[in-house]
Amino acid sequence: MTFEGGIHPADSGKVLTDNRPTLTPPVLERYQVLLCENVGKPPKPVVNVGDQVGKYQLIAAADGFVSANLHSPTSGKVVKIGDVPGPMGIPAPAIEIEADGEDASAETFPGLAGWRDADPKELVKRLADCGLVGMGGASFPTHVKLSPPPDKKVDTLILNGAECEPFLTADHRLMLERPRDVITGAEIMARILGVDDVNIGIEINKRDAIESLETLAEGTKVKIIPLMVRYPQGSEKHLIQAIAGREVPSGGLPADAGCVVQNVATAAACTDAVLRGLPLVERIVTVTGEIVCRPGNWKLKIGTPLLEALRLAGGVTEEPGKIIFGGPMMGFAQRSLEVPISKNTSGILLLTREEALRHRSTSCIRCGRCVQGCPMHLASCLLATAIENGRWDLALQNHVMDCIECGSCAYVCPAHRPLVQLMRSAKMELRKKR
Amino acid sequence: MSEEVKNDIKLPTGKRLVLSSSPHISTSESVRKIMLKVLLAMVPVCAAGVWFFGLRALWVIVFTTACCVGAEALWCAMTKKPVLATIRDCSAAVTGVLLALNLPAGVPFYVPLIGAFLAIWLGKQIFGGLGHNPFNPALVARVGLLIAIPAAMTSWTPPRGMDQNYPELKEFRASVDATTCATPLGVAGQRPKLTDRTTAARINFSKLASGRLLLRFFWGVRGGCIGETCVPALLLGGLILFAFNLINWRVPLCFAGTVALFTGIVNICWPGVTPPPLFHLLTGGLLLGAIFMATDMVTCPITGSGCVVFAIGCGIITSVIRIWGNYPEGVSFSILFMNALVPLIDRWCTDRPFGYVRKRKSEVRK
Amino acid sequence: MMLGAIETGRILMAAALMAGAGVVLGAVIGAIARIFRVEGDSRVDLVTELLPGANCGGCGKAGCRDFAKSVVSGENPPGKCPVSTREQVGAIALALGVEVGEVAHKKAVVRCSGTLFTSDRVAYYNGIHKCSSAMLVGGGPKVCRYGCLGMGDCARKCPFGAIEIINNLAVVHEELCVGCGSCAAVCPRGVIAIVPAAAHVHVFCNSPEKGAQKRKVCRSACLGCGKCVRKDPEKFELEAGLARVKYSAPELPTAETVEAVGCPTGALAMTERHRQKASEETNAK
Repeated sequence: MTFEGGIHPADSGKVLTDNRPTLTPPVLERYQVLLCENVGKPPKPVVNVGDQVGKYQLIAAADGFVSANLHSPTSGKVVKIGDVPGPMGIPAPAIEIEADGEDASAETFPGLAGWRDADPKELVKRLADCGLVGMGGASFPTHVKLSPPPDKKVDTLILNGAECEPFLTADHRLMLERPRDVITGAEIMARILGVDDVNIGIEINKRDAIESLETLAEGTKVKIIPLMVRYPQGSEKHLIQAIAGREVPSGGLPADAGCVVQNVATAAACTDAVLRGLPLVERIVTVTGEIVCRPGNWKLKIGTPLLEALRLAGGVTEEPGKIIFGGPMMGFAQRSLEVPISKNTSGILLLTREEALRHRSTSCIRCGRCVQGCPMHLASCLLATAIENGRWDLALQNHVMDCIECGSCAYVCPAHRPLVQLMRSAKMELRKKR
Repeated sequence: MSEEVKNDIKLPTGKRLVLSSSPHISTSESVRKIMLKVLLAMVPVCAAGVWFFGLRALWVIVFTTACCVGAEALWCAMTKKPVLATIRDCSAAVTGVLLALNLPAGVPFYVPLIGAFLAIWLGKQIFGGLGHNPFNPALVARVGLLIAIPAAMTSWTPPRGMDQNYPELKEFRASVDATTCATPLGVAGQRPKLTDRTTAARINFSKLASGRLLLRFFWGVRGGCIGETCVPALLLGGLILFAFNLINWRVPLCFAGTVALFTGIVNICWPGVTPPPLFHLLTGGLLLGAIFMATDMVTCPITGSGCVVFAIGCGIITSVIRIWGNYPEGVSFSILFMNALVPLIDRWCTDRPFGYVRKRKSEVRK
Repeated sequence: MMLGAIETGRILMAAALMAGAGVVLGAVIGAIARIFRVEGDSRVDLVTELLPGANCGGCGKAGCRDFAKSVVSGENPPGKCPVSTREQVGAIALALGVEVGEVAHKKAVVRCSGTLFTSDRVAYYNGIHKCSSAMLVGGGPKVCRYGCLGMGDCARKCPFGAIEIINNLAVVHEELCVGCGSCAAVCPRGVIAIVPAAAHVHVFCNSPEKGAQKRKVCRSACLGCGKCVRKDPEKFELEAGLARVKYSAPELPTAETVEAVGCPTGALAMTERHRQKASEETNAK
């Protein structure tokens, strides 16, 4: 099963960490928990400087419906509430906690063993209480996604186990190590939404995960769907096209096509929240790159500083030219070493300076590979030329607002034009004019 | 941040970071590599040309390529652009070889020289360089030379194999001293055109397109430009281009297919007007044009449906010129004409974006 | 060769036909011009002729013709045009019989002195060479988040070519600037201020952060030490960590003021001296 368009980026990176089981690091000295890393309004702090907090304790409360709670990753003292360098390059507010090393748990929620008969509203409230957000990168508060407006009829749940980005293996390891939790999480979400069609899409380069999940999914509503390896298979719209055969209308949400898409890590966190009453405070992060001494997968607490994560991986063999949060296709290059990870950081990738500066951009030769590769079927090279000349009207006409910024076009371009940056600048200009 | 060396762990200092937009990896393909692959695809055709027309053909190919590269270097020097960086992308070399394949083997030295400047200066650089030209540079040069120096451009060297005693090739051996010969299309153009459906008309052209003759044409034993005669070499080149994903397969298929269809219909309805379609496919510059010239990336539409429209247009115009036009060969003109229409084709033949529903009357709405 | 009677006749016929067609068409055009005439104030055309025709928008109107309309209607005095010379403005005033109307002209100033050599960069920026595009990539390569990025969005926008990029810093050439404000509108960092044309002394810094933090990343930043304010509170004021010239004050600072204050980093400077310093290729400390 697959979708139209898309590319096959060379992926020699997954082998670096594919077979490394997830390790849990010791408690670090400091954690800087970012406040505004989710879509929607940032939560408001409910602790003050000097307060003692326990692990899992609520430190910031959701501000409105589209907002998520934030919990402390460890026990310790709140030492600062202020700005730290953020993953987007601009300072972001964070709560800094100095750990006392005990990692003592504060009071958590009771486990809902009888969730199969529980009221869906109660389950949604539990997810909201535990601060669950989408862990695939978008950080959309899960309780909002699982509460579609009543006029949108949802009949399909899809879990994203595709992990189409090169180098990243966090979701793969999760599916290998906690398959039961993933299946249960899918079932919990299905109960909340009231759907019977539950699918987990996994790319076929993860055969072991497919097999292990298939065995456990027997007897449940959950179906495991093997997907062809193609980038960006993990994009919401393309998962829906591949698995449910529907197209999300332009400008619309997955709910408009009757589907809800969640990441497998979110499903596992869902199980933690419902079965064990544990709020979301940690996630698996792939720390990788040719110049990392010991690439691997780590279960990092949110707020782990970047340098500490690199120290866990044994440091570097040479000075990196790029430090990327996320995958190499859609991740963000970092400008500061003092950035902490958050709930949606799926990977930390280091590239050498040579790799970063390898290609110089030349002019378009109209080869058409970007058009072939675009999963949204846009005429990328024409769009880019219009944007370079400031023709925002032409760009709008050619559907630039539909671009999902996946990077397929820029990857295949033999002239190495900065296509995604051009699309982003056009979208910024057009949003300003609205 | 100072470098920390603690328990042999070396942490980054962040002093050599690069900031750029995603994606942070990209293909190892480059414009230069694409051009080199195109040159590779043209090797069989050049080899066939040299085999059939002798070392003079090799000289023409090398000289034309050198002139084109030199013309580009001169232009860059005059307009203060980086010379080496521009030459490095090998697009001038590709234009040079393509132009050479479009010249008869016996051309005097000034033909490739003028052609090089026509191709590079007039066909490419005045529009802004690689990627900005609307017309295929090699074709601009060829058509320019054809109109300016028609005598040199239509003196065809006899290929190897023509001096052998094949009776069917008799009328192609035009001159006694065998320095020039006629091309099949040239001969067909001179045949009296009989527009009634008489048997005489059918016999007239069927002799020209007999099975044995067509076999000779297939292997390349006919007069013509250096690159256009040997069909297996052209097909091999096309296969190489397709394997490297350098051309859109729809273009050669629809181009040749349209010519075959068009001439086939005319041939059946009015047999005296034109030879059968297989004759048209195997003679003239059709296969060279369809495989190497019309598919040139810069001047070809970017969508699949656009390529089909483009190729069909080329095919129709080629057929019309060949059947009713004054020139025996219409491929170059048809490609240039359709090149002019490519921006319009690009505008009209767009793919349906994801998530849109096409209403009737091609109005796109959400 | 003598022309026969038939040829002469043909020539005369052709000439007569062409003349007749010319007359008919001319009449048609004249009639149309009469019927579809748009009544306009001829004075607007007159004033538009007398204006420089730069269509820069410095007067706040959409082009010179629009400004001419406003002058004729009395909304604006002719002196509002920042590009016109005194003679041009005088001519307009004379033609219309109105007062010249002296308007205090403005000009633009880029309030940053962080060049490639004085202000740190956090990384090498590899992308589209435009300030607005660089902002999309982690806020740009400069450590200081308020300073000029130096990629020339303003220089390209300026209709008078008054902005020069020196060592990655945009510097306005006062004599060419008319204060139209196009540059300030396009700057993504808001570093450009539109100030009275008579002001020649400015604080060339835009960052409200604490002085100690600024000093770490930029050698020419304003430290917010307050020396200038203490010396001359009439002319300067301190907002957070940033000193500012009081442009609305009755007296503007002069070269002597700058000398007397003795700014420790040189952020307070005359525009001439600022431009000279920007060209220096050393880390002036």
